[in-house]
Amino acid sequence: MAYAESTSTQNNHILRTVEVQKSFVDPVEVEVLKNINIWVDKGEFVSIMGKSGCGKSTLLYILSTMDTNYKGQLFLADRLLTGLSGNELAVVRNEQIGFVFQFHYLLPEFSVLHNVMMPGLKLGKKSREEVEFDAMKQLRLLGVDDQATKKATQISGGQKQRVAIARALINEPKIIMGDEPTGNLDSRNADIVFDIFKELSSELGTSLLVVTHDADFAKRTDRIIEMADGRVIS
Amino acid sequence: MSNGVLIQIAKTHLLTRKKQSAIASLGVTFGIGTFIVLVSFMTGLNGLLDGLILNRTPHVRIYNEVKPNPVQPIEKSERFKGSVNMIHSIKPKQELSSVRNSLPMMAVLKKNPLIKGVTPQVSARIFYQSGSVLLNGNAIGIDVLEEDRLFNFKQYIVGANPSDLANNENGIVLGIGVAKKLSLNIGDRVQMLSSTGATFRLKIVGFFQSGLADLDKMQSYVNVKMAQRIAGQGNNFITDISVKLYDIEKAKYMSDQIANTYGVNAIDIKTANAQFETGTSIRNIITYAVSITLLIVAGFGIYNILNMVIYEKMNDIAILKATGFSGSDVKKIFIYQAMFIGIVGGLLGLLLGGVMSYAISKAPFETEAIPTVKTFPVNFDPLFYLIGSVFALITTFFAGYLPAKKASKIDPVDIIRGQ
Repeated sequence: MAYAESTSTQNNHILRTVEVQKSFVDPVEVEVLKNINIWVDKGEFVSIMGKSGCGKSTLLYILSTMDTNYKGQLFLADRLLTGLSGNELAVVRNEQIGFVFQFHYLLPEFSVLHNVMMPGLKLGKKSREEVEFDAMKQLRLLGVDDQATKKATQISGGQKQRVAIARALINEPKIIMGDEPTGNLDSRNADIVFDIFKELSSELGTSLLVVTHDADFAKRTDRIIEMADGRVIS
Repeated sequence: MSNGVLIQIAKTHLLTRKKQSAIASLGVTFGIGTFIVLVSFMTGLNGLLDGLILNRTPHVRIYNEVKPNPVQPIEKSERFKGSVNMIHSIKPKQELSSVRNSLPMMAVLKKNPLIKGVTPQVSARIFYQSGSVLLNGNAIGIDVLEEDRLFNFKQYIVGANPSDLANNENGIVLGIGVAKKLSLNIGDRVQMLSSTGATFRLKIVGFFQSGLADLDKMQSYVNVKMAQRIAGQGNNFITDISVKLYDIEKAKYMSDQIANTYGVNAIDIKTANAQFETGTSIRNIITYAVSITLLIVAGFGIYNILNMVIYEKMNDIAILKATGFSGSDVKKIFIYQAMFIGIVGGLLGLLLGGVMSYAISKAPFETEAIPTVKTFPVNFDPLFYLIGSVFALITTFFAGYLPAKKASKIDPVDIIRGQ
């Protein structure tokens, strides 16, 4: 376990990067992220905006710990994640980070309920019954509990995204990350998802970090991090 | 707990593509089934073929070979010591063909803990007589019950039990070839002329059928006493002593020891029948080579199907990894799938193999060589079923391991961003 000394005095940062840098070397070396220093506070709803190709998704995948090929440091709740092994990072993702993607990415063979339960079963801290209870609670919270027994392929896009959010919430993560979570939804469903996010941050104190190119969506968040050409510009 | 969910995912993957899983399992089933059938049948046949010779052959045979004295008188002479002596036309020693000191030697050998049994044989040259026709032949005197206990004498006689001969001093088990030539039946009497010129009339209690036509035309069996009378010798006249050991591997050691201790000729089964050993091991090699090939083919089937599944499941793998399943978890999911296929296919294969072996063992198989065998010989050794299961597990594990390792290395970022 590597805990780095905190360089900032505030301990309210859930997620923090120090001088994160990333280059693609193939075919020629291109620096896609330059000296990124950002943070997300507890209970804060932050959006990352930028034109496509500005590196915002690349940054999100570094923050999500799935991409480990970068320079600089990444802290989650003041724990240095940079340099941890793949298995250790998997545990971090399972326990502390929830994901919502543009495409809903549910497991097609499993029921809605089962999809939500999966990360909880993986974590293994609760019995199967408790996990099932939690999963039903999340589905109810998101208004899709009536779909619980259906196969993941049998529900609509908006419902799928809500199920995906329920799955992200099952282990009560410190932070939820989304990559264009409303990008594939009509405006009504997009509003529903936004409201859910808003509620999560204000009522449950969950931090949210959402990549989007939807300016209307971004405006309604607590803070916008704007990126261009691999840099944070505001 | 965590493994439980992995097993559940593996199970769901398998059950949602039942046809593919079934085909992959069937590959293993046929591989293992064929292995069981092949090995059982081949070793059964091997046992039968070896039994034809090896069970009947003494592990050590003690006999007296007619040969020239290795130390000629001239070697002993002081006058010619150190010179090169060349003698032409050396004649063998004139002596009886019986083993010297046979009775005390047998008494001592019987007490040896390595030896299962010792039985005497008396070989007497005779002519079978029918009117003016004389047929060349051989009457072998045996201790019938011991001979049966040690060398399965019963397998080679038709129409009688060994005890029928043992209980009848004047009985004979006549070579079936002789019986056919002389048109003799069980209960008839056969007339024989000994080399000393005496005539014997013996009652036929059964026929001897070895499957070797030349032997069946010559050889007959009588009691030891009768053979000694035919040979015109006393009760210490024993031409061969057959020794059966508990462990056939000790035959060479034992024969050397007997030859050195008693100054007799002794030959062990391996030296006498080297070709059988070779035949058996080559048949075994072929059996195992064919079976292993079948299993490897089944393994490739599993490998192929899992590879396809992994390509289809790229998204799922990415999402599992994103939600906190590690590379080794993903690897386990696919190895579990392979093992499921292996276990189910393997068990069915054992069943299939068992049933097919049983069917073969009931199929009629008539052979001249062993009149007592009526169906195909099959060896139901549980060891083969054990080997089959282990093979199934090992092959499916490796067939699953390679695709599973690939799956564990899938980078979720590539998949998720690639959409």
